[in-house]
Amino acid sequence: MKILVIEDDREAASYLEKAFTEAGHTAHIAGDGETGFTLADTGDYDILVVDRMLPKRDGLSVVAGLRARGNDTPVLILSALGEVDDRVTGLKAGGDDYLTKPYAFRELLARVEVLARRASSAEAETVYRAGDLELDRLSHSARRAGKDITLQPREFRLLEYLMRHAGQVVTRTMLLENVWEYHFDPQTNVIDVHVSRLRSKIEKGFDKPILHTIRGAGYMLKAD
Amino acid sequence: MAALPAIMKTTAARLSALYLILFAVCAIALVFYMTSFSLRAFTTQTQSAVSEEVQDLARIFRRGGLPGLVRSVDSRSRQPGAYLYLIADPNGRILTGNVEELEPGVLEIDGWSPRPFWYQRYSNPRSDRRHQAIAQIFRLPNRMIVLVGRDMGEPERFRQVVRRALVLALGVMGVGGFLIWFFVGRRALKRIDEVTDASRRIMSGDLSGRLPVSGAGDEFDRLSANLNTMLARIANLNEGLKQVSDNIAHDLKTPLTRLRNQAEAALSGKKKTADYRDALEGTIAEADQLIRTFNAILMISRLEAGYSAEATEPLDLNAILGDVVELYQPVAEDAAVKLAIETPGPVMINGNRELIGQALSNIVDNAIKYSAGNSQSPEARLKLDCEDKRVLLTVSDNGPGIAPEDRQRATERFVRLEKSRTQPGSGLGLALAKAVMQFHGGEFILSGDGNGLTVTMAFPAEDAGS
Repeated sequence: MKILVIEDDREAASYLEKAFTEAGHTAHIAGDGETGFTLADTGDYDILVVDRMLPKRDGLSVVAGLRARGNDTPVLILSALGEVDDRVTGLKAGGDDYLTKPYAFRELLARVEVLARRASSAEAETVYRAGDLELDRLSHSARRAGKDITLQPREFRLLEYLMRHAGQVVTRTMLLENVWEYHFDPQTNVIDVHVSRLRSKIEKGFDKPILHTIRGAGYMLKAD
Repeated sequence: MAALPAIMKTTAARLSALYLILFAVCAIALVFYMTSFSLRAFTTQTQSAVSEEVQDLARIFRRGGLPGLVRSVDSRSRQPGAYLYLIADPNGRILTGNVEELEPGVLEIDGWSPRPFWYQRYSNPRSDRRHQAIAQIFRLPNRMIVLVGRDMGEPERFRQVVRRALVLALGVMGVGGFLIWFFVGRRALKRIDEVTDASRRIMSGDLSGRLPVSGAGDEFDRLSANLNTMLARIANLNEGLKQVSDNIAHDLKTPLTRLRNQAEAALSGKKKTADYRDALEGTIAEADQLIRTFNAILMISRLEAGYSAEATEPLDLNAILGDVVELYQPVAEDAAVKLAIETPGPVMINGNRELIGQALSNIVDNAIKYSAGNSQSPEARLKLDCEDKRVLLTVSDNGPGIAPEDRQRATERFVRLEKSRTQPGSGLGLALAKAVMQFHGGEFILSGDGNGLTVTMAFPAEDAGS
């Protein structure tokens, strides 16, 4: 996918460019808010990664300006600020996700891929399918190879999120944010324990693993 | 003389000079007022004496005519005294009397001389010093001129005495002012200099230095004592800061060192690709832990910076409690720790859901971690309680607890009590929870009876109106 990175720190920007390229994407760099705005406005990008503090025009104003012009390219805001309500301000300005520096690149990559997909995929589907696993959002039921799987409400939401982003890496913080709606960093392995319980329900008794642990990154639901 | 401007720069000298000038002006004004008043009184007195003498002579003239008057004037002129007598012909030539010479023009006056005039007596030996007098001049029917007056030598002397007294007084005042400045001002100055010296020493880095206190209990002592208290507080804060930075250095250095060692170990010796992958993943995990620690430090600093009304909203504490318990339930089950909840139902407070959720997670995380060590029946109890003015959220475990003397320290940044150093975690959990409570204007209390730890988060109750 085509990514525009608006970041004034050259070293960070070139690292992101390289890392995104290695991950199989095309990344363009803009060094300041003005250039970034022009590029984002004219170019056809799948996602924008915008640093909050930029020379010439700050990140939030770039995002708000794009939204005002009807541009709804997904935006992930990067920020070195850590104020309590910064995330809210960032999202209010039109950002779709918010990541505080310092961050792990895999966290950024996972979020960028999920965000870009969100824009393209039809969210309105009522039934998610991955291989022989099936999740019905209307009847709140899950089946694998025709067998019903009993899930707790939270387990259902967890599986729903994983299946919506099947084939994509989702990190632990993304799960906490989207399934539990908390944005802090889980201290210990709470998420892992939840995932492993879910895994035992959807994998036990079936021959093929479907919920994979991506070492050092998170999880991915994928049928072979 | 170069020292003079420097001296004048001191407050004591300026004040002394100012007072001296003020006193001098007042004294001079007073003396002038008094002398002029006295002189006027003296002049009036002299005039009435002269008038009496004139009336006396007028009687003699009426009774004995001109010869009688001349005789009387002649005889009175010979007597010692301050009176002046003179009879002159219409052209102003002196015929008789005790005046040899006098200021020209005086004899043309009719009546009182408007101001003192100079004259020279017969009897006096000639000198440069001319006497001053006032007199009444009148004319007889035959155009002869008669002058009766009185010497003003006495007020002149009086004026001199006063002038001398004034000079003396001013001199004494000057000396007195100097002495006061010298002993009082210099003393004050010396003490201020001592304070200045001491503060210069302190500024150059010696925070243990203190300002001198003489023990006299005066304003200088009070000032010094106050400044010393302030210095002690600064030294305390400085010490705290140093300790925190030592702790930060330690807790960030340790994972950094591990990170470096892992990378180094990966490079040494012959390795398979999988080994490199393992090593790199290990370093990344270590770096992630560092980032986590760093984020927590930043967050605590922001929270300590202060309350922001925009960041809070009315929310149900009970719901957060439910969320966190639900989140930690599987972990607790895996650790065989029972999570017990006691709640009266929804409790509204003003707060930030994220922050409270995170703080409570940290506390529940700790409770599970530490009560898991209890082999009997590990349990963590969560209780929500409404009081009059506050809402209490308590989490109790039956783990080893924290000794009362360590409780204060346990909530400081980076303090992981020695016993718990082996447990995973950034050591920031309780510090963050405490910062969150500070942010909400609440209290964070650690207690326990030796059988486990009880953490109390006391939130101010939401105002009845909102």
